[in-house]
Amino acid sequence: MSVVTIHRKVLEKNDEIARRNRERFSQKGTFVINLVSSPGSGKTSVLERTLEFLKGKVHLAVIEGDVQTDLDAQRIARYHVPVVQIVTNGGCHLEAKLVEDALTNLDLKGVKLLVIENVGNLVCPSNYDLGEAMKVVVASTTEGDDKPLKYPGMFLHASALIINKIDLLPYVSCSLELLKGNALKINPALKVFEMSCTSNAGVPEWCRWLETHLSR
Amino acid sequence: MHELSIAQNILDIVRESVSPHDLPGVRVVKLRVGHLAGVVPDSLDFSFTVLTTDTPLRHARLSIDHIPFAVMCNSCGKSFTNEIGFVLCPTCGGVDTKILSGLELQVVEIELEDIKAEAP
Repeated sequence: MSVVTIHRKVLEKNDEIARRNRERFSQKGTFVINLVSSPGSGKTSVLERTLEFLKGKVHLAVIEGDVQTDLDAQRIARYHVPVVQIVTNGGCHLEAKLVEDALTNLDLKGVKLLVIENVGNLVCPSNYDLGEAMKVVVASTTEGDDKPLKYPGMFLHASALIINKIDLLPYVSCSLELLKGNALKINPALKVFEMSCTSNAGVPEWCRWLETHLSR
Repeated sequence: MHELSIAQNILDIVRESVSPHDLPGVRVVKLRVGHLAGVVPDSLDFSFTVLTTDTPLRHARLSIDHIPFAVMCNSCGKSFTNEIGFVLCPTCGGVDTKILSGLELQVVEIELEDIKAEAP
């Protein structure tokens, strides 16, 4: 019996492509966020409110990731921003290579902000670096306040948490304090925003914070 | 269910590390998997088996070393582990902490048996 000792990261190929993506974004002066959440927490709605707020002020583009259909890309196209749809055909997450391929259909010249909306899933996307500057996790009040405890990996790797659907708090058994507390125990550096995409509450605060990260 | 994609990445690494002639001799592929790596060992095993059946690697199996989630507090210097992924120091309540382990996802070793007895 012989032993080959190697010590290689399982996802090193993905990480290498992510590094290339990151270099490309940096050269173009494009700030990139990887928007992650479980299905139905309102990622696309958060994105729509963000587009409404920043449109005309910030040149932005969107990459949409979905298991099936281009329904989200259709929603985003209404805002007249460049959008590329990635359909994973069953795949539960985006990988750096898929983003690299999508970039062949997206001109980053002058784009200050690129939002990559990941596939709705709180587990798998946390493993895959896409080359983004930060992960932003959306958790909605209807999902309950225990999400951070159940999916710590995602909250650990995120830079910001958007708590969505706060307008529904009177109707659901979710404690905002508990949800925030749980998330901050896993990642004390998380920047937390409370939002309602229906009333627009919290949208300006989130967008202004986002703007502070963009190159001029 | 990203374990299939992870198993594929593991196979790529094995094929790059062992000559094609020696592949049928691979018996064990040793991994280090952190508690918060987001990988389900049973799913990974299943995916690995599916991908290696009827290939030169059909005798290979995974051996997974589970690495606990461990954190060190920069304020009081104490280390602690937990199952959930909390990084706040349970001793002094400090938030300035460093994750020591628990996020690993690595192939560390491949064990091979001499294959002269087996037909190629």
